Amino acid sequence: MTKRKPKVAVVKFASCDGCQLTLLDAEDELLLLAESLHIAHFAEASSRLEPGPYDVTLVEGSITTHEDRERLLRLRGESRYLVTIGACATAGGVQALRNFADHDDFLRAVYAHPEYIHSLATSTPIADHVKVDFELRGCPIDKHQLIEVILSLIAGHRPRTSSECVCQPCKRRGTVCVVVAQGKACLGPVTQAGCGSICPAYDRGCYGCFGPSRDPNVRAWSDGILDGKSDPGHLANLLSNFNVAAPAFAQESQRLWQITGRIPEQLPGKVTDGR
Amino acid sequence: MSESETTTRAIQVPILTRVEGEGALHVRLRGNEIEQVQLKIYEPPRFFEALLRGKPMDDVADITSRICGICPIAYQMTSVQALESIQGIAIDPEVARLRRLMYCGEWIESHVLHIHLLHAPDFFDCDSAIELAKRFPNEVKRGLKLKQIGNRLLEILGGRAIHPVNLAIGGYYRLPRHEELAALVADFEWGLQNSVDAAKWLKGLTFPEFEAPYEFVALSCPDRYAIETGEIASSGHTSIAVEDYEKFFYEVHVPHSTALQARKKPHDSTYFVGPLARIQLNYHTLTPIAKQTAEAIGIAPPCRNPHKSILARAVETVFAFEEGLAILKSLTMPSRSRVPYEVRAGEGVSATEAPRGLIFHRYRVDGQGKVEFAKIVPPTSQNQAQIEADLRQLLPQLIACDDAKIALDCERLIRTYDPCISCSTHFLNLHIERV
Repeated sequence: MTKRKPKVAVVKFASCDGCQLTLLDAEDELLLLAESLHIAHFAEASSRLEPGPYDVTLVEGSITTHEDRERLLRLRGESRYLVTIGACATAGGVQALRNFADHDDFLRAVYAHPEYIHSLATSTPIADHVKVDFELRGCPIDKHQLIEVILSLIAGHRPRTSSECVCQPCKRRGTVCVVVAQGKACLGPVTQAGCGSICPAYDRGCYGCFGPSRDPNVRAWSDGILDGKSDPGHLANLLSNFNVAAPAFAQESQRLWQITGRIPEQLPGKVTDGR
Repeated sequence: MSESETTTRAIQVPILTRVEGEGALHVRLRGNEIEQVQLKIYEPPRFFEALLRGKPMDDVADITSRICGICPIAYQMTSVQALESIQGIAIDPEVARLRRLMYCGEWIESHVLHIHLLHAPDFFDCDSAIELAKRFPNEVKRGLKLKQIGNRLLEILGGRAIHPVNLAIGGYYRLPRHEELAALVADFEWGLQNSVDAAKWLKGLTFPEFEAPYEFVALSCPDRYAIETGEIASSGHTSIAVEDYEKFFYEVHVPHSTALQARKKPHDSTYFVGPLARIQLNYHTLTPIAKQTAEAIGIAPPCRNPHKSILARAVETVFAFEEGLAILKSLTMPSRSRVPYEVRAGEGVSATEAPRGLIFHRYRVDGQGKVEFAKIVPPTSQNQAQIEADLRQLLPQLIACDDAKIALDCERLIRTYDPCISCSTHFLNLHIERV
């Protein structure tokens, strides 16, 4: 008897599609994966959308509307393993900047008819709403990590992804430290590895797109980086991008914003001079 | 009233598939009359133009990149160029060549993806490329390899293919190494040959007969196929400077969409952006092999059938390999990675040709280099009204068909535009002045 192929779904909420595109960017592996998996629901890639239940559901994007929350709850009920892929799904994404601003102001700034738009005041990660079995970090996720996750779940073991910080693979890559040699602020010491430590290799500081590493001491990072001579506003901005709502980053960025003396109305996104 | 007059029929495509982002189509027919056609974009809004306010200039390209995972370079390049215009920066010509090369990489990656994985299945009644690969294994594998070359180029110049990290205001954070790029010459030679073969494979497709009196709009240059610079040309008016874009084009907010829809003044007309528009307007500037291919597969002007956009993408893929190869073979490495500058306050615009068509950005920054205002007009919001107009034209021919057939044909027409719905986050002036 041949073993039934695992049934996989790829679903998105608020996001850029980049993480599910990572699957289509696995050019060497895509057709092989398609032989060992049954891709049952992947709207970006196939017009045949099969109903659940699914063995593995890959979820991209954050929750920003009531409808999406309802859809997620249904999806959880249909999924044996639910895996979040990317910074939107694991931390709320860059759109979670709105969590620290006035949602109505955002609405009015972008839309002529705010009454047509129904969105929540916050962008929240999937794990705020349902149980998540595994989360894959990154903005975008790394192709090799994605394949590791899929193959592991099929094989029935926990995926082996790195839990070290960006600095360790950065050293192994042979990159000269941009903090020490170039005086650039870099989130590497507090950011989870997995990207390949790309930014320092391109002469710029890490901007934390894989989110906080395990138990990071972000306060020590901001106190110590560049001998404590960095502009707090600059560091706060660095923490306020693609994983702005990840608790370890959010806590420290809010503390730093307070040091700058900027009242919440002046935080990024909350400048009243629209047009 | 007789019964036939009151019977309404609703055709729904609840999830558009093989497009990027989330949209749906709703059509309401009353008897034989089309009552309503709505390309609904329910992709939740992410408010990019609002969340950019207060951000340092250096972060802008990293953030706008996240609007779209398939065409991040289009967003990054347009952002960076607009900010460079504010800062009065003229980038070094060698850097400009590398950027054009980089944009070629994105055209390759995005076009080949759409041709092989999203669009071609329609012509063979397949649901997906995986199904298509069972019938055309070599063609699909060739497509994946072509796509991989585009991605490889982006990895070298940008660090990674999705949300690259290397574009900076004034140039690049780090210049690529000459030998990394030189190693791509053989790949690009293979890519040029095989993209021509891919285009010829598509020649044999059967295209639905559909034509509309489009106004094509695209950037145009006198001496080269426009990608990253040019004036805004149109099949309906004389060219205008990018600075004047908003004098001719504006966006409206319709109830059924989180994406704003663009219209052209003065008649609120729709217009068409994208590969088909570019080929029609800029045919004379195509590179020689791309032009030969266009003639051989039947996409030379005039062509007003949107289903043939797949051929336009195939020709532009040939062009991107041919142009990229020429740049790679005549590489002169820049002497510095970027031009230094003193931050100044100001306002500036840029437009480039994203794989899906014209994209326009405007920013205003303060004296500290923080963003005060951002406006982003992506290609799909410009095409959305045109798509609805096309559907209104198509539907009368389909009314006798069953709902499934109508839905299928409508979805296929929508897919020819390669809509990129994730970019549904726009700024709109609260007070629009119509001229």
